[in-house]
Amino acid sequence: MKSLEELRALREKMKSQIDNRSVASADETVIKVGMATCGIAAGARPVLDALLDEAEKRHLHNVSISQTGCIGMCRMEPIVEVFRDGQKYTYVLMTPDKARKVMNDHVVNGNVVKEYLIGEN
Amino acid sequence: MFRSHILVCGGTGCTSGNSMKIYDALVARIQKEGLENEVHVTKTGCFGLCALGPIMIVYPEGAFYSQVKVEDVDEIIDEHIIKGRIVTRLLYKETVADDGSIKALNDTNFYKKQHRVALRNCGVINPEKIDEYIAYDGYEALGKVLTEMSPQDVIDEISRSGLRGRGGAGFPTGRKWQFAKNSPGNKKYVCCNADEGDPGAFMDRSILEGDPHAVIEAMAIAAYAIGSDQGYIYVRAEYPIAVQRLTIAIKQAREYGLLGKNIFGSGFNFDLDIRLGAGAFVCGEETALMTSIEGHRGEPRPRPPFPAVKGLFGKPTILNNVETYANIPQIILKGADWFASMGTEKSRGTKVFALGGKIHNTGLVEIPMGTTMREIIYDIGGGCPNGKKFKAAQTGGPSGGCIPAHLIDTPIDYDNLIAIGSMMGSGGLIVMDEDNCMVDIAKFFLEFTVDESCGKCTACRIGTKRLYEMLCKVTDGTATMEDLDKMEELCYYIKENSLCGLGQTAPNPVLSTLHYFRDEYEAHVRDKRCPAGVCKKLLRYQIVADKCKGCTLCARNCPVGAISGTVKEPHVIDPNKCIKCGVCMDKCKFGAVIKA
Repeated sequence: MKSLEELRALREKMKSQIDNRSVASADETVIKVGMATCGIAAGARPVLDALLDEAEKRHLHNVSISQTGCIGMCRMEPIVEVFRDGQKYTYVLMTPDKARKVMNDHVVNGNVVKEYLIGEN
Repeated sequence: MFRSHILVCGGTGCTSGNSMKIYDALVARIQKEGLENEVHVTKTGCFGLCALGPIMIVYPEGAFYSQVKVEDVDEIIDEHIIKGRIVTRLLYKETVADDGSIKALNDTNFYKKQHRVALRNCGVINPEKIDEYIAYDGYEALGKVLTEMSPQDVIDEISRSGLRGRGGAGFPTGRKWQFAKNSPGNKKYVCCNADEGDPGAFMDRSILEGDPHAVIEAMAIAAYAIGSDQGYIYVRAEYPIAVQRLTIAIKQAREYGLLGKNIFGSGFNFDLDIRLGAGAFVCGEETALMTSIEGHRGEPRPRPPFPAVKGLFGKPTILNNVETYANIPQIILKGADWFASMGTEKSRGTKVFALGGKIHNTGLVEIPMGTTMREIIYDIGGGCPNGKKFKAAQTGGPSGGCIPAHLIDTPIDYDNLIAIGSMMGSGGLIVMDEDNCMVDIAKFFLEFTVDESCGKCTACRIGTKRLYEMLCKVTDGTATMEDLDKMEELCYYIKENSLCGLGQTAPNPVLSTLHYFRDEYEAHVRDKRCPAGVCKKLLRYQIVADKCKGCTLCARNCPVGAISGTVKEPHVIDPNKCIKCGVCMDKCKFGAVIKA
C-alpha cells in the first residue's frame, strides 16, 4: 500500500463485508425473507442470494437483509418484506429475477413494484 | 455482502470458557449447510461482559447470546440462522424487553452508561484481520498525520485533547511527546507498556487482543511526532493470546506497507518489534521496563534523567500505556475538541475499568471520566451478589487505596482519587463486601509487593517485608496499639525513601485502610476479633447448644476430630484442636455452628 487512496479504496471494498454487522438504524431499509420450511421449499434461498448479490453489486450500505420465520401465508411463499419509512411492503411469490427488480425499482429508486405486492395477487 | 454476522468473543475470558470450540463448531455447521456465502462467523475481542461468557452476538437482529455451550451451536444454527427464530432461552436477560422483543445492547444497564473509545473495536472486528480494522477507519489517522500534519501539529492536537497517561500516574501525553521531540538526537524510540501487572486489571490485554492495530497505528503516529523510526511493545509472556494477535497484526501491517519504509509514500519509516516480559511486576515501571528491553535484569534506575531525555539505549524515548495509545487514532480523526468534550476539567476522555471481586457483572467497562463510583458499581456492575452490603472498592491495585462506602458518590478522575487517598492506577477495580476483612485485603496487596520488590533499594526490599510482618501480627491478634502507630510511620518511610514507583506506592493499601477502617484494625488488636470473620487466628467456631440436634454430621466430617458429643445431644468444638477449616459450618443442616 503506497498511498492513502489505496487505503480508502480498500476500506470501501471492505465496507460491504461488514454491512449488516450492527442493528439496523432508523433510516435503513430492512428486508426480510421468509425462511421457514415453507419458504425454503418454495425457493426462498435463491431469492435471498439474489438480494444479497444485488446489494453488494450496488454498494448499498443502508440496507439490512435478513431472514425471518414463517410469515403465515405459506401458499404465497417465497415472501419478501421491505420495511421502509415506517411502512411495510409485502412482496409475494418471489423469484430471483423479481427480487432483483424489487432491489432496483423499490430499494434504489423508491418506486414500489406494485404488481408483486400481496394485494395484487 | 452477508445476510448475517455471528460474532464470537475470542477474549481470554470467553476463550477459557471454550469459545474457540464454539467458533469451530459454528464454522463447521455453516459449511455443512452451505451457508458460508450468506453467514459470516468471526471471532472478535472482548465484549466486556466477561461474567456471562462465552458470549456471541448474531446480527442484524443483534441477538446477544450469553453462557453459550458447544451443544447449543446446533440449536442456534437450526433455529436462528436457518429459520430466523431467535433462541430466547440463551439471550442475555437484560436484552429482552417486557414484550419479548430484543432491546439494543446499548440500552442495557451494563452498556447504557458506557462510552467506548479505547474499546470501540473490541467485540466488533476480527483482530486477526487488518482489513476489518481498515473498514472501521483504521490507519486513516496515520494517513492523515503523514499527509496533512507536521509533527508539531500532532503534538499540539494531543496536548489540546487533554489526554493523560492511562497507565496510572496520569502524566499529560502531549507534554511527554513534546519533551521527547525537543530532546536532541538522531535516534529515538517509541515504546508501549503492555506489562500489565496489577492484580485484577486486564484492559490492556483486552485491547491488544481485540484491537491490536489501534496500538500499532498510534505508535506509528507517536514515532512521526517525535522523530523516531523504531518502536518496541513490551508485553508480558503470560498474555499468549495478546502476543499472538500482536504478532499477526504486525506481520499484516508490514505486508500492507503500513509499517516499514516510506509509509504512504511520505518518506516516513517506522518498524515495530515485540519484547516479551517474564512477568515481573517491577518491569511495568518505566525505567525498569527499558532496562529489561535492553537485555538486563529488570531493575529501575533513578529519574532524572527522564526517558524523554535519556531512555532506551540512552536515547530519547517515549513510553505510553496500551490504553493511552488506543485513544490516539480517535483523537486525530475526530479532533481534540471532541475528546476534550468528554470527562472532567482536568481528566478528559474516558477510562476503562476492570470490574472484579464481589460484583455481579465482572468484566470490562469504559466510562467517561467523572462518572461516580456508585454508577459503576450499582448501575453498570449490578452491585454485590447475594444481597451483601458494599463495603469498599480498591482502585489502582497494590499501588492504590480503597474507597469506602461513604465516598461512593465521588466522581472518578485522577485528582479526585488522589484526594481521597487512592489513585487511578491502570484501572483495576476490586469490589469488597461486608465479608471482606480490610486488614486482610491490605495484607494481600502487601504480600504481592513483598514478592515483587526487585530488591535494589533497602526501603522497599526490607521495609515492605517488615510492614507485612506487622500486618501478620495484627491478623494473628498479637499486635499492640503501638504497632499500629509504628506501621504508619514505616509506611511514610517507605514512601519517601524508595527508588521507584513500586516502593513509593506499596504502602498505600495499608495507609488507606488504616485511614478509613482504623476501627477494624483496633478490633483485631484490642478485642482480638476480626469483625468480618476472615482472619483465622482470631476466629472461633462454636456450636449453639439449643440448635444442635446431635446428628453427629459435623463430628464425622471434622478432619481433626475436634468435635465431640453423643448422638442426639448437643456437640462441642475443642478450640485447641480446631483448625478453623469451616467444614462443620458447611455441613450443619440446622445452622447450629457459628463463627464467633
